[in-house]
Amino acid sequence: MNIIPIEYYLVLSAFMFAVGITGVLIRKNAIVVFMCIELMLNSANLALVTFSSYLGNAAGQVFVFFVMTVAAAESAVGLAIIIAIFRNKLTVNIDEINIFKW
Amino acid sequence: MNALFYIASVVAIAATIMVITRLNSIHALLYLIVSLLSVAVIFFLLGAPFVAALEVIVYAGAIMVLFVFVVMMLNLGPQTVEQESRWFNPKIWIGPAALSAILIAEFIYVLISHGRQNLDTRMINPKQVGFSLFSTYLLGVELASMLLLAGIIGAYHLGRRKEAVFHRYFRRPDALYERLHPKEENKIDENGLKAGDKPLSKTNVSGMKQKKSERGEL
Repeated sequence: MNIIPIEYYLVLSAFMFAVGITGVLIRKNAIVVFMCIELMLNSANLALVTFSSYLGNAAGQVFVFFVMTVAAAESAVGLAIIIAIFRNKLTVNIDEINIFKW
Repeated sequence: MNALFYIASVVAIAATIMVITRLNSIHALLYLIVSLLSVAVIFFLLGAPFVAALEVIVYAGAIMVLFVFVVMMLNLGPQTVEQESRWFNPKIWIGPAALSAILIAEFIYVLISHGRQNLDTRMINPKQVGFSLFSTYLLGVELASMLLLAGIIGAYHLGRRKEAVFHRYFRRPDALYERLHPKEENKIDENGLKAGDKPLSKTNVSGMKQKKSERGEL
């Protein structure tokens, strides 16, 4: 039924990961940087599900569940940090958030 | 079946590239949601309906709503878009993009040089996943619940509005300082009006006072 090579899924996953890395490196809006981190986690999920389907093992999908848990906790705390910084500095530009530097 | 995979992956790639190139953060967010949904379609085609449903509900539903709320609350406005467009020139993005392109080319080369292996999709139904989740990985589920609890407490603690105790670095004559220490003409009196404003009508103000007295009795 399905004759797509496993490499295609992995290449798609790697492409999304690379785009996520590029986004983290080039963007200056902290929220967009967070979105790119979510993209990278999501591409890792795609690779896990691919191998889970390839090996016929449910463990890969269990790990996707854990990755989603980590992503949810991370985004909740991270966005709270962004809001706290915005209250103090009135910006989310990561070039202006240099409060450790003086 | 195969065509569905190709369509979904083209949508995923296009939406993913749009995420990092849109200047307005809410546009990037909407493209991210499209990207997540197309990945959910690919999960479904891979025979993983549990993860596909989780992707739609948790990622595209819950986490993205969190992002929408934050973007909406910050309300950054058009000057931020203008700022982003000034930074977003090829001089900045060509370096990281080229290095990422080299890495992806290497990865594709490694995969292709090993010969192709067709994926005969094996359906893993939610029952199997649930059984694995609550037998082999039970401790992991417990730890995940503790992690989520820590996330809730951390988000509450960070997001709480505390007494305004500022480090000396932040104490400078800017908009923030003025907001915290309003000038005399911007101060709001007990009628909810600024000193310069005139009340709209007599009844309005008296109604307010009435309410205030009621509240005082309570």
